[in-house]
Amino acid sequence: MLSRRHLVAAALLLVGAMAVPAHAATIQVVMENLVVSPAEISAKVGDTIEWVNKDVFVHTATARNGDFDVMMPAKKTVTSVLKKPGTIEYYCRFHPNMKAVLVVAP
Amino acid sequence: MMFVRLSAAIAALSLMSGAAMAQAAKPTDPQIAHIAYTAGVIDITAAKQAISKASNKDVKAFAQDMVRDHEAVNKQALDLVKKLNVTPQDNDTSKTLSKQASDKLAELAKLSGPAYDKAYVANEVAYHKAVNSALETQLIPSATNAELKGLLQTGLKIFQGHQQHAEHVAANLK
Repeated sequence: MLSRRHLVAAALLLVGAMAVPAHAATIQVVMENLVVSPAEISAKVGDTIEWVNKDVFVHTATARNGDFDVMMPAKKTVTSVLKKPGTIEYYCRFHPNMKAVLVVAP
Repeated sequence: MMFVRLSAAIAALSLMSGAAMAQAAKPTDPQIAHIAYTAGVIDITAAKQAISKASNKDVKAFAQDMVRDHEAVNKQALDLVKKLNVTPQDNDTSKTLSKQASDKLAELAKLSGPAYDKAYVANEVAYHKAVNSALETQLIPSATNAELKGLLQTGLKIFQGHQQHAEHVAANLK
């Protein structure tokens, strides 16, 4: 029989495993000179995207399907965590020629 | 001689006399900086008028984009001339641009409602077209300083986006 302590430990492990996926990664996407690079990137739910805006312009990363809308002030880096899987096309609302794709695996 | 093309493109914006187009020499870097900065200020002024006068929300949002982007470019331009220790030099093209812009502003001020929205956006299309053509054929090729050239190239890229955006807004107003 499992002791009470073991049960608690097992429960904690389980909660921990759910809260922090084992391979959560940080992926960088750079906006420079009105270009998003890389133009296509693969990630997983739970990964963090580090949005680096090297321009003097304000940019956004806006999902066409409404999944996210991240605002990047000029010369700033912001982060966001991917919550939903899917192939998400996104663009900058202020400079719609800036387009890219994020493939988020479950 | 190339300068005539620039002035001609700018003249296409509105009716004007040929007197201001007489300048024929290739612009110098201090003149180019002045022209580019002036062109930015003109669009910011027009956009501020639009923010207070426009009734269509897409037109208002476009105007806000213009203020934000052109102020960012002009701030870069000021930082650059300071760094290069260059004093922007006033010139006939800048003067012509300013004169035409204040006439246009007065003309637009008399309009209101959808008529204003339409006229503002139509002018933005024409204005960005003229400025982009001037940048492409005249200002960028004439710039000698690499950093100035780079800034103008970034400007061209962003203003081409503005032109498309303005054309899109204009199409939706019809």
